[in-house]
Amino acid sequence: MPTLSPLPPTARAPRGHDWLTALLKATAGPGGAAGSGADPLEAGREGARAALAHAGLPGRNHEAWRFTDPLPLTALAPHLLASPASAAPDQPSPLPAATGSTLRIHLDAPDTHARAAWPDGIERLEGEALRKAVLGSVLTDTGVEQEWAVALNTAIVPRVLALRVCGTVAPCLELVSQAGARGGVLPLRVLLLLEEGASLTLLQVHLAEGPSLTSVVMDIALGRDARLQHGLVARGVDEAALLAVTAVRQAAGSRWSQTSLCSGWGLARQEPVVLQSEGRADTRLRGLHWLEGHQLADTHSRMRFAGPEGSLDQLHKVVAAGESRSVFNGCVQVPRDAQRTHASQLSRGLLLSDRARIDTKPELEIVADDVRCTHGATISRPREEQLFYLRSRGIAAEQASRLLLRGVCEEVSAELPAAAGAWSPLSFLNAASQRP
Amino acid sequence: MIRPDAPILLEITNLHAQIDDQPILHGVNLTIRAGEIHALMGRNGSGKSTLSKVLAGHPAYTVTEGSVRFEGEDLLALSPEERARRGVFLGFQYPVEIPGVSNLEFLRVATNARRQQLGDDELDTFSFEDLVRERLGVVQMDPAFLDRSVNEGFSGGEKKRNEILQMALLNPRVAILDETDSGLDIDALRIVAGGVCQLAGPNNATLLITHYQRLLEAITPDFVHVMAAGRLLRTGGKELALELEERGYDWVDEELAAPRPASPVEAR
Ligand SMILES: Nc1ncnc2c1ncn2[C@@H]1O[C@H](COP(=O)(O)OP(=O)(O)OP(=O)(O)O)[C@@H](O)[C@H]1O
Ligand SMILES: [Mg+2]
Repeated sequence: MPTLSPLPPTARAPRGHDWLTALLKATAGPGGAAGSGADPLEAGREGARAALAHAGLPGRNHEAWRFTDPLPLTALAPHLLASPASAAPDQPSPLPAATGSTLRIHLDAPDTHARAAWPDGIERLEGEALRKAVLGSVLTDTGVEQEWAVALNTAIVPRVLALRVCGTVAPCLELVSQAGARGGVLPLRVLLLLEEGASLTLLQVHLAEGPSLTSVVMDIALGRDARLQHGLVARGVDEAALLAVTAVRQAAGSRWSQTSLCSGWGLARQEPVVLQSEGRADTRLRGLHWLEGHQLADTHSRMRFAGPEGSLDQLHKVVAAGESRSVFNGCVQVPRDAQRTHASQLSRGLLLSDRARIDTKPELEIVADDVRCTHGATISRPREEQLFYLRSRGIAAEQASRLLLRGVCEEVSAELPAAAGAWSPLSFLNAASQRP
Repeated sequence: MIRPDAPILLEITNLHAQIDDQPILHGVNLTIRAGEIHALMGRNGSGKSTLSKVLAGHPAYTVTEGSVRFEGEDLLALSPEERARRGVFLGFQYPVEIPGVSNLEFLRVATNARRQQLGDDELDTFSFEDLVRERLGVVQMDPAFLDRSVNEGFSGGEKKRNEILQMALLNPRVAILDETDSGLDIDALRIVAGGVCQLAGPNNATLLITHYQRLLEAITPDFVHVMAAGRLLRTGGKELALELEERGYDWVDEELAAPRPASPVEAR
């Protein structure tokens, strides 16, 4: 895996040096911007800061970032966004009301976490328990600790939420962040431990309305037979960037099912990294990227089966309009011990314009011989015959193409947790079909 | 039902059309009055579906000559959706599968587009469900088909029934049914024929494209036309269909080979 290898020695400063330096400076000091004094990620911080300062922003020579240049990030204000609770001038748009069956937590307002009415089965980890959880974290196991997006997150003192889940949690846990109109960087870190047999529905929502970077690292461990139904709705704007890393370790019998819908970001990069540490677990990934204008979305997923009889069912969809660009890289590793693995990976792209571009690269590393691994990639254009069929029934061209696009998106959105409905996850369709 | 004084619904005059620079229709003339049922027959590839798609406004076809008037208006100037709203209905020879779009919602949006044109109220989801359940009876279709994606995974016959269901909901002035009878089992054929008869009235008209006499036993046509090489070669009554069943289409070649002083068009 590509890590923060030092750049070849050159006389030049690392890419994005000034911006990174300013950002690191703004987030330096005891407790950093976390504000809580006790800093659970302290141990790894100096290393991450040093590595970042040394390596700079990843460039074309970084295989994992070859198509995705993070340079536009340097246009952002190199300081952290304030917590919404304490920042009146940055009041973002109102959120939909939380229903009785959801528990909403604002990731960007850690001062409110302690006051939340945690339901039965969820325990918030603090102090020593939190530090211990960080040490045994999945990031180390999955090897993503060293990756740029994670190192950046660690270096700039993310707001941390750590939860332990036991048994079946009834309400849907909503973890929400909102980068308002004022510019800056919003680093978030979530540790989630599902004990043996635990079951949770999680909806992660990231919104951005201004020139901002939302950097979120999810660190999730599923014990034996644990179940996590995980929805992710990420909606940004052209000036906003999202760097989301989700590292998941699954014990035997566990099931992680993630459905993610991502739209609107100028730059969005998602890195789901999964380790089935004993095999015999289920991983289900559903992803949809909706792209317009000059937006860029990059999904780098990595799945490793460290034991036999695991399964992966992955569908990645992209709808690309305008001059947008989509990158999908799906790595599946099936080492010798992972016999009888079933893995299926499918990426489907829909090009709405001639100037949009979709790059897809499956990376199957299969050593075990008794496995069923399939992958497929399709890129298509809107079907003229489908459009005509709808129009021949009196449905106007614009509405017809909207219906067709909704059909494409609903294959993914239908699998979001029910609570996602309140966030209008397909709202991008309303304005969509007018744009080329 | 032939009434010489009935208003003309559709008037096709010297229609020439092409696709991908390939001329297919070479001067079609056809007048359809209210109340009439026309059958259009002819060999594979003679241009029947092309005519139906040109009438429905398929954007891949270009009309190079001639005109089509629908209730006195220039049909060719209208978009496909506008034609449909005014009451031109095409039952597709190959209904299109649309994954992810619910059949029920599709039917509702289509029905409301037509109702709006007719000056009727739009139906909300509940009143539409009542209507659609009633019309399902016409085609004896299982309501379960409403919850599926449009035509996706439907069998050939189920797709055709779905076409008739759409016709029953859209209440067209002119229905063009392109081989709605092919691929149907005997029962389904009876159901489809029954549906067509039930919907045929003195104020609308039907153009049935078919290869078989079978359908025409159930739906008695007022006129039978034979298409060959992109035009209507011969027109007769229902006995022409019987004659075709017996004689086949060999005579067509002779007729096409014979010089036709009236028209400069060459057979391909
Ligand atoms: N894109 C195209 N380019 C060239 N020729 C085409 C194209 N599409 C259709 N054709 C030709 O047009 C002719 C008429 O086709 P059409 O589908 O109208 O026939 P049809 O009478 O409906 O036949 P069938 O009874 O088999 O349904 C055929 O010879 C067909 O091959
Ligand atoms: Mg045909």
